[in-house]
Amino acid sequence: MLARTADNLFWLARYVERAEFTARIIDITARLAALPKAYGGGAEWESALSAVGSLDRFKETYENADEASVIEFLIFDPANPSSIRSCIESARTNARGVRTALTADMWQSINSAWLELRALEQMRAPFERMSRERTDPFLDVVKSMSRDFDGAAHRNMLRNDAYWFSRLGLYMERADNTARILDVKYHVLLPETEAVGGSLDYFQWTSILRAVSAFTAYHWVYRQGVKPWLIADLLILKKEMPRSLVSCYDNLARNLDAIGNAYGVQGPAQRHARAMLLRLESGSVEGVLESGLHEFLTEFIADNARLGAIVAEQYLVN
Amino acid sequence: MVEQTFWDEMTGGGADVRTVYGRVDEWLRNTPPDVLAARRTQAELLFRRIGITFAVYGEKDAAERLIPFDIIPRVIGQGEWGRMEAGLIQRVKAINAFLCDIYGPREILRAGIIPSDLVFGNPAFRPEMAGKRAPHDVWVHIAGIDMVRTGEDEFYVLEDNARTPSGVSYMLENREVMMRLLPDLFSNHRIAPVENYTDLLLNCLRSVAPPRSGGEPVVALLTPGLYNSAYYEHSFLADRLGVELVEGHDLSVRDGIVYMRTTQGPRRVDVLYRRIDDDFIDPLAFRPDSVLGVPGLLDAYAAGNITLANAIGAGVADDKAIYTYMPEIVKFYLGEEAILKNVPTWRCREADALKYVREHIGELVIKEVNGSGGYGMLVGPHATRAEIAEFEKKLVAQPDNYIAQPTLSLSTCPAFVEEGVAPRHVDLRPFVLTGAEGSRVVPGGLTRVAMRKGSLVVNSSQGGGTKDTWVIEDA
Repeated sequence: MLARTADNLFWLARYVERAEFTARIIDITARLAALPKAYGGGAEWESALSAVGSLDRFKETYENADEASVIEFLIFDPANPSSIRSCIESARTNARGVRTALTADMWQSINSAWLELRALEQMRAPFERMSRERTDPFLDVVKSMSRDFDGAAHRNMLRNDAYWFSRLGLYMERADNTARILDVKYHVLLPETEAVGGSLDYFQWTSILRAVSAFTAYHWVYRQGVKPWLIADLLILKKEMPRSLVSCYDNLARNLDAIGNAYGVQGPAQRHARAMLLRLESGSVEGVLESGLHEFLTEFIADNARLGAIVAEQYLVN
Repeated sequence: MVEQTFWDEMTGGGADVRTVYGRVDEWLRNTPPDVLAARRTQAELLFRRIGITFAVYGEKDAAERLIPFDIIPRVIGQGEWGRMEAGLIQRVKAINAFLCDIYGPREILRAGIIPSDLVFGNPAFRPEMAGKRAPHDVWVHIAGIDMVRTGEDEFYVLEDNARTPSGVSYMLENREVMMRLLPDLFSNHRIAPVENYTDLLLNCLRSVAPPRSGGEPVVALLTPGLYNSAYYEHSFLADRLGVELVEGHDLSVRDGIVYMRTTQGPRRVDVLYRRIDDDFIDPLAFRPDSVLGVPGLLDAYAAGNITLANAIGAGVADDKAIYTYMPEIVKFYLGEEAILKNVPTWRCREADALKYVREHIGELVIKEVNGSGGYGMLVGPHATRAEIAEFEKKLVAQPDNYIAQPTLSLSTCPAFVEEGVAPRHVDLRPFVLTGAEGSRVVPGGLTRVAMRKGSLVVNSSQGGGTKDTWVIEDA
C-alpha cells in the first residue's frame, strides 16, 4: 500500500485513541477534585496535565491550573496539538486523506464527533467558558467515537496491511497512555505508601483504574481490596487486561508479524516489538518495583517511542 | 425580453405525455407531494452519509456543500440514445485523430481547415508534446461531452471536455440512491445499468499501458489532494477501480520510470489516471511553482514508460474556439458528416461575427474561449444593462477570447422543487471511454438541472443540481 496511506491510518488511530484517553483523564480528575480537601487533594487539575504530558505547554499560555482553564485547554484549545479538538480535526483530515482505506462506518464515527464538536462551538458565546453540563455529554461523544471507530475497524475492515498499520497506531498510543498515567501517579503506587494508608491514596489508586476502565476488572482478577502493587501488576504485566503494557505489546508484535508475513520480510520493527514483549512477559511486579517504577516507565515510554521511529523508517519513508 | 418556449421532455409540448415518460408520469400523479418530499429528505441523508460533497470555489465555509439532487428521473428512450451514442463515439474518434495530427503531421493546418494561430496560440496547446505519440494513438481516454436538447430530434453538443471531466461519481451514486429510495418505480421499468462504468474504465486504462515485460499493469489515480473540489470523486473512483489514490509527493521519477512510495518500497506505475491539470502536473516541464505535480513525469512519458490519461495537451481539442470547427474536423478525419450538431457559434475573432455579436449582444450567450464552470460568461437575456456594457468592453478589447451562441431553448424535465413538480432546464454529460479497443459509453450520463425557475445555468458551481438519467427499453 501507499506509504502515505499507511502513515495516515497509523496516526488516525493514534489521534482517536488519544482523544479518548484525554476524555477519560478529564472524567477522573473531575471525580478527584470533587473530594473534600481533607482527603489531601488540591492539585488534581495540574496532575491531569501531567498525565497527558502537556503541563509545560499549558503553562506557556495559562496562569492557573483550575478546572475551567484545564478543561478549555484539554478539550477546545486549537493551540494544544493534543486537545480533543485538535485530535478530532487531525483524525478527520487524515480520514479524508485515506477514505478509500476506511469503511464507511469508520469515517462516520469521526465525522459525527466532528459535527458534534462544531455544534458545541457554535453554541458558545465569544470567550464564554463552557460549563460541565455541556462538556460532560461531549466527553461521552468522544468515548463513543473511539468505540465506534475501533468496533467498525474490528468488525468490517479487510485484514490486510491497512488494518495492521491502523492497529499499530492504536496500541502504540494506548501503551504510551497507560505508561504515562502510571508514571504520574507512581509515587502513590510505591510500596511504602501502603503504610501511610491515607484515604486519598485509595481514591488516587481507583482513579488510575477508572482512567483505563479497569475498576471492575481489578476485582475480578485479584479478588481483594485495591493494593497499589497489584494495580501496577495489572496495568503492566497482565495480558488479560486490554490496556496493560504487555497486552499492547502482544498486539503490536502480532500486527507487526502479520505485516512481516504478508510482505515476506521481517525487520528491526518486528525484532524490537518482540524483545519488548518478551521483557514484559518475563517480568514480575517485584522486579519492576525494585528497579524503580518511575525508571521502568521512563524507559518503557522511550522504547515505545523508538518503535514508532523504527516502524516509520522501515515502512513509511522510502 | 422575449418569451421563449421550451420543449419539455415529458410532454413534448403537447397535451399527451411522451411514451417513454408514461410510467414516470403515472407515478408522479399517484404520489402525493409529501411522499416526494420525504424521499428527497432521505436522499439527502444518504448523500451526507456517504459524504458526497462538493467544494465551491470562492465561497467561504462552503467547502463541503451538498449538491442538490432531484428525485424525478430523466428518461431517454433506447432509440434516441442509440443515435446519440453513435454521435458521441464518432466525435471522440475525431477528437483523438485531431490530437494525433496536431502533435504529429499537422495535416489539418496545411489543408487550411483550421487557422494555425488557433492551435499554436492556444494556452492548452503543449509544444512539449509535438512529435510525441500517445500509446495506441489515444489522447482522450475519458471525455465528457455536454449535450443539450431542444426538441424531439434536436440534440446539440454544447461543449467538449477532453481534459479531466468530472461528475461521473454523481452519475453512479445517483443511480444507487434512486434504487434504494424508489424500488417500485424501478420494478416498472427496464433501465440500462451504469454500474459497470468503473470496470469499463479500468479495462480501458489497462489496455493503454505501455508494453513492458511481465506483470499486470499498475494503474493509479493522481489527485491534487483533499482540498480539491472533486476530491470526493477521486477517492470514490480509486476505491471502485481498486487502484491507489496518489498525490504528487507519493510519486517519484527515476531513470524515466515512475514509482509510487509504498510500505514495501518503490513500486512501478504504468498508467496514471490523472485528475490534475496540465499546468500543475510536472513542475520541471510546466509551472515550476506547482507542488501538486511529479517532477520528471513528462520525461517518463517521452521515454514511453507511463501512460497518462488523459494525455498532456489534450485540452487544445476542447477549447471553445476549436469547438466551432468540430463538424469540419469530423469530416476531415473520418470522411463522414457529424452525427451530433454543434450549436451555431459566432467566432468573435472574425470581424463580421463580432459586428453581429455586438448588435445582438442582448440575445446571445457569450463565453470565454477557455472558460469553464459557468464563470466568465454573459447570458444576454438575463443580464442588466450595466453588466452588458461591462462585458462588451472586455469583448472589444480581446475579441479572440470570446465566442457567442444563441440562447438555446434548453429542454425541460419535471423536477421536484419548492412549488411542487415543475419543469426545469437540463443538460446531459455522457462519459465516453476510449482504450486500445475502441470507445464505450455507458447509457445515459450525468443530467444537470437548473433548480431555479427559468434559469439556464446548470453548473453545480452556480447552484445547479443533478438527477438520475435512465435509458429505457422502448415500449
